[in-house]
Amino acid sequence: MNVWQFVSSHRIDILAATREHLILVLISMGIAVAIGIPIGMTLVSRPYLRSAALAVASVFQTIPSLALFGFLIPLPLIGGIGTRTAIVALVLYALLPILRNTYVGLTGVDPAILEAAEAMGMTEDQILFRVRLPLATSFILAGIRTATVITIGVATIAAAIGAGGLGTFIFRGVAMVSNAVILAGAIPAALLALLADFLLGLLERRLRVA
Amino acid sequence: MLTPVGEGVNRNDCESFYVTEPSIEFRHVEYRIAIRDPRPILSDVSLKIHQGETITLLGRSGSGKTTMLKLINRLRNHTSGDLLVEGLRVKDWNPIQLRRRIGYVIQEVGLFPHLTIQENVSLVPGLEDWLAEDIATRYVEVMQLVGLNAKEYANRFPRELSGGQRQRVGVARALAADPAILLMDEPFGALDPVTRAELQREFLALARKVSKAIVLVTHDVREALLLGTRVVLLDAGRIIAEASPREFLRLDQPVAREFIAASELVLGAAK
Repeated sequence: MNVWQFVSSHRIDILAATREHLILVLISMGIAVAIGIPIGMTLVSRPYLRSAALAVASVFQTIPSLALFGFLIPLPLIGGIGTRTAIVALVLYALLPILRNTYVGLTGVDPAILEAAEAMGMTEDQILFRVRLPLATSFILAGIRTATVITIGVATIAAAIGAGGLGTFIFRGVAMVSNAVILAGAIPAALLALLADFLLGLLERRLRVA
Repeated sequence: MLTPVGEGVNRNDCESFYVTEPSIEFRHVEYRIAIRDPRPILSDVSLKIHQGETITLLGRSGSGKTTMLKLINRLRNHTSGDLLVEGLRVKDWNPIQLRRRIGYVIQEVGLFPHLTIQENVSLVPGLEDWLAEDIATRYVEVMQLVGLNAKEYANRFPRELSGGQRQRVGVARALAADPAILLMDEPFGALDPVTRAELQREFLALARKVSKAIVLVTHDVREALLLGTRVVLLDAGRIIAEASPREFLRLDQPVAREFIAASELVLGAAK
């Protein structure tokens, strides 16, 4: 059986897996953004916390993904087999690029502009929200883009702990020694990553302030 | 608060010319980066600056002129002595309130690249909760003051402007909330000579019109003499001379002579 025969006969399953995959990625990214950007913003006025926060985020990203799933499974509440554990792991993975880019973007604003803002009598919060944040937007978006691509990739592995998604086909195909089944999961996953990268790249360029 | 002008006060004494209190007053001000730092950035600086005056702070790089500006709007805090703005110690001012009363123009301008020209200029009045129509009126006023067409520039972004135009917008922004004091740090330093001369001429007309206490930092002796009603010469963190532009040329002070000689050298070589 070749790929196309498999794909056309399992269209509905593949679409369902793609949807599952996307939902997994969207939920994880949503949480990672909701945590990462505020933490990055908090670090701007607390540089002494910076190394600690980035170190913690780096540790999560350094742990191999399958091992991270393994670590999480025995944990109470967030652990176990299934989607919840996968989301926790994906959030931990996505956190570093978002956090780092937010911090670097916010602190990398031209010092002349920051000095002007301070000299005009803007408060720290006003400088953060009205100067740093708008000027860091494309930076933060670049972090979100990197994180999204990573998350789409790691989410395929999440199938190993029962979270579903396109990884299901890849693992099943490996077990069945069937290239067709593997590719039925691998091709959409790759396309998803490329598409997300392209679209977010487009947005990033549009929001860049020269 | 008035300083008594009467018997016993010498009319030729420069102090008695002003009946109002100075806008800015340095009294033996010292500034060190670290308290134990053996070499202060500024030491024993005493200076009075009145409304309507333009003080040009002249000195070499590292002489402490920019630091003097930053002490006034508390971007730095002086370590000893007294520094008064409008009669009140800067330490007793809320720094945010203090800064909103002081216009500040720097060489790199520091216009916000993500805001339009109108948004840049209207920022401080906005922070000060002015009424929308007052902000709009004021925008047109200050743009006129710096010789730019308010309507034409309203929706343009700083990157679309030339260096000279950006510098004008920088001045307009500094004047927007009608501050009593204007601090300018090498405002014309990054411009080509022709644009610089043009802006210097406009500055003179503007300074006369707005009647503020202006402190302008420069390392260019000709700019200092042209723009200043009084020239203050700084060297290694100390004021070593204070003179009107006319007197300055006749000063016997060695550093002052060096500055004058250096500028004459340029003119001499061209002849």
